[in-house]
Amino acid sequence: MKVRVKFSKYGPVKFIGHLDIMHYFQKAVRRAGIDVAYSEGFSPHQIMSFASPLSVGHTSDGEYFDMEVNSFTDEADMLQRLNQVMVEGIDVLQVRFLDKGEGNAMASVSGASYLVAFSDKFILPSNWKDAFLSFYQQSHIPVVKKTKKGQREIDLKESIYQLEVRGDKVYMLVDAGSGSNIKPEFVMETFFERTGTVLPEYPFRIHRVETYKRAENGRLVPLIV
Amino acid sequence: MRKLALSDEILMKVEKPARYIGGEVNAVMKKKEQVQIRFAMCFPDVYEIGMSHLGIQILYDMFNQFEDAWCERVYSPWVDLDAVMREEKIPLFALESQDPIKDFDFLGITIQYEMCYTNILQVLDLSQIPLHSKERGENDPIVIGGGPCTYNPEPICDFFDMFYIGEGETRYRELLDLYKDCKAQGLGRKEFLKRAAKIPGIYVPSLYDVTYHLDGTINKRIPLEDGIPETVTKELAVDVTGTYYPRRPVVPFIKVTQDRVVLEIQRGCIRGCRFCQAGQLYRPVRERDVEMLKNCAMDMLKNTGHEEISLSSLSSSDYSRLPELLDFLIENCGRDKVNISLPSLRIDAFSLDVMNKVQDVKKSSLTFAPEAGSQRLRNVINKGLTEEVILDGARLAFAGGWSRVKLYFMLGLPTETKEDIEGIGDLCNKIAAVFYETVPKEKRTGRVQIVASTSFFVPKPFTPFQWAAQCTKEEFLDKAYFTRAGIGSQLNQKSIKYNWHEADLSVLEGVFARGDRRLNQVILKAYEMGCMYDAWSEYYKNDLWLSAFDRCGVDPDFYSARERKEDEIFPWDFLDCGVTKEFLLREWHKAKEEAVTPNCRMQCNNCGAARYRTGVCVEKGETNAAALR
Ligand code: SF4
Repeated sequence: MKVRVKFSKYGPVKFIGHLDIMHYFQKAVRRAGIDVAYSEGFSPHQIMSFASPLSVGHTSDGEYFDMEVNSFTDEADMLQRLNQVMVEGIDVLQVRFLDKGEGNAMASVSGASYLVAFSDKFILPSNWKDAFLSFYQQSHIPVVKKTKKGQREIDLKESIYQLEVRGDKVYMLVDAGSGSNIKPEFVMETFFERTGTVLPEYPFRIHRVETYKRAENGRLVPLIV
Repeated sequence: MRKLALSDEILMKVEKPARYIGGEVNAVMKKKEQVQIRFAMCFPDVYEIGMSHLGIQILYDMFNQFEDAWCERVYSPWVDLDAVMREEKIPLFALESQDPIKDFDFLGITIQYEMCYTNILQVLDLSQIPLHSKERGENDPIVIGGGPCTYNPEPICDFFDMFYIGEGETRYRELLDLYKDCKAQGLGRKEFLKRAAKIPGIYVPSLYDVTYHLDGTINKRIPLEDGIPETVTKELAVDVTGTYYPRRPVVPFIKVTQDRVVLEIQRGCIRGCRFCQAGQLYRPVRERDVEMLKNCAMDMLKNTGHEEISLSSLSSSDYSRLPELLDFLIENCGRDKVNISLPSLRIDAFSLDVMNKVQDVKKSSLTFAPEAGSQRLRNVINKGLTEEVILDGARLAFAGGWSRVKLYFMLGLPTETKEDIEGIGDLCNKIAAVFYETVPKEKRTGRVQIVASTSFFVPKPFTPFQWAAQCTKEEFLDKAYFTRAGIGSQLNQKSIKYNWHEADLSVLEGVFARGDRRLNQVILKAYEMGCMYDAWSEYYKNDLWLSAFDRCGVDPDFYSARERKEDEIFPWDFLDCGVTKEFLLREWHKAKEEAVTPNCRMQCNNCGAARYRTGVCVEKGETNAAALR
């Protein structure tokens, strides 16, 4: 039986990397006394799959992982048990039992939305909001994306599904599929580079709002609908 | 939400920011307004090393059970953050509250190895606490040292207000009460130190002076105040069962060296190997009750979620209830997929059977620690492991499917000859030969893999070898080359790999181990010149150290390369660690006669530790009664 867990990450724990968060949950699941399933073999490990990794320094309200369990009570009980063993900064928001056919969290991810705020040490150009919108309103935004295999020219516009200026922050919904994903800081850096703005150290405070999969009708919906 | 001491900008640019944020599972948070004593517990090395230390976890748990105290942790910032903190003048902080250490009541530093001495200065310096005890004022924390190196605290005594000699479980409550009392009465730091010096186990170095003979050896130690004890006696937890043990140890976010539940099954050792300091310091051996251990194991696994549990002790095979404990763990851990990592057990049918149950035989290796290459030298060091036992163990293991063997030796032991060193290669070769005899060709999946490692012998205080001369760097390296050549000349040399440790580090360790007060200035000088993280070979700067000695006019050979006269007063003689100097001297003589001493369970050798009236000294009642007289 598969269970999908949604959690948030904020405050000091934003400095814990993705791998360490995985280890954290492996231990948390044991502390919570959940009947998690293990792989066979001499060094059995929990059958767990995390949706898209969150960069160190980012916070989130939309993190997910799936785990295989041998038995369960109910969603509310599991939610409560997990929350009893969390640290400050990580809250379990939702637990959902998955139907048999449902794809795993990692493979399902198609999009992610972010709120980007700015460091108070970052003196922004006064017209940045308008400039940002006109940057986004171009019909094509050709950029060079660096990947593990090398460099590739892509159209950034195609990877940004939605972009808005909200108050002093930027909201964006971007492609988060494996291989085609776009990092929010890449969008921000591209914009500021093109406007000739020099970035200070650690200029953006990035918060992931939600992680999405594609529903059968092609629309983006959260991993737990 | 806790506020961090470091800015996001800094945390984003240093390696592993998780080292500095605290907030881990089971980290203890209290309200600072509700406690009277803030205690910062420090391990002066990087987080991953410090977090792996059991002693700190025990004390952390103990202090936090005291309602009036809050104990927090602090470690050495890694070199990258160290540079930033100096540049930006950020005071070192505790992980839990993120408050500056300089505002604490106590800074307790555990001193586990000599090569961390410059890191102690780093911690004080970054904390903005004056390095010298005598320069500290009423608002500075009381800096207190503990751990094995405090059995000769003299080389670093200027930097500490006091040392706690012995096991921490016993006297801290008394010390904290005295502190509160002194504070309530408005008595100053000096008065507190004076009164603390009268608590058993507490050593306040500033209350003593030392005079020297012309040849540099110690003449006399003089207490500077009335009523200050001439000797400070080790504190010891008489009952290791009914005492503190952390049921909820802190679980780090990042991978640390000891990423598992650690169960200390007993304290001390019955064996009395003559090179081993721990074997003397923690006498007598005291076993923990097996029911307590089972209970702790289950609690700790539940409260941490760790996937692995490891037993800890100096010689686990000697724990009398080991089979019962292991059966219990195998049964209960298997169900929850918890790995059991075995400490180095004596290789025999029992341990092989257990290992077979808990590890992948193909991937694991056997460990032997003969420590010396010949039986003669093993008798000198009182290591009761014979070639026959090793070869029999290897034969059994090879038949059971093992094909990897690790062997540990020491070079530079007292009385060592070329023949002893040749014995290392011979022994490795014989083990390889046993493999080829035991395992038929068709069953071999490759060569047997034997890894021999040598470390260089460092004579330590409170061991029978405290009188011995240590080899020089050149002698050490010659011995390593000779070992390598010896291994290279063996028939099965292709199956044997050889590693050795750095020699200059071992020499410096030897200088500190048996040093005196005159080394304080050298350590300070070396630190000022840029030495830090000396235990990390990539940061160890031998040239700087040599020049620090030179500039201070101190000859390191005086401390390491000199054999001591039997009547010499040692810098640590004012401490009483339980075993008597007469016993150690008897053992030194027996070593030279190549005579072995039976272990505590076979026969009491009247070492002096029986005065604690616990553990092995009393477990046989009658037999050991001699020791109690
Ligand atoms: S007094 Fe005897 S039994 Fe006790 S530790 Fe010493 S030698 Fe061993």
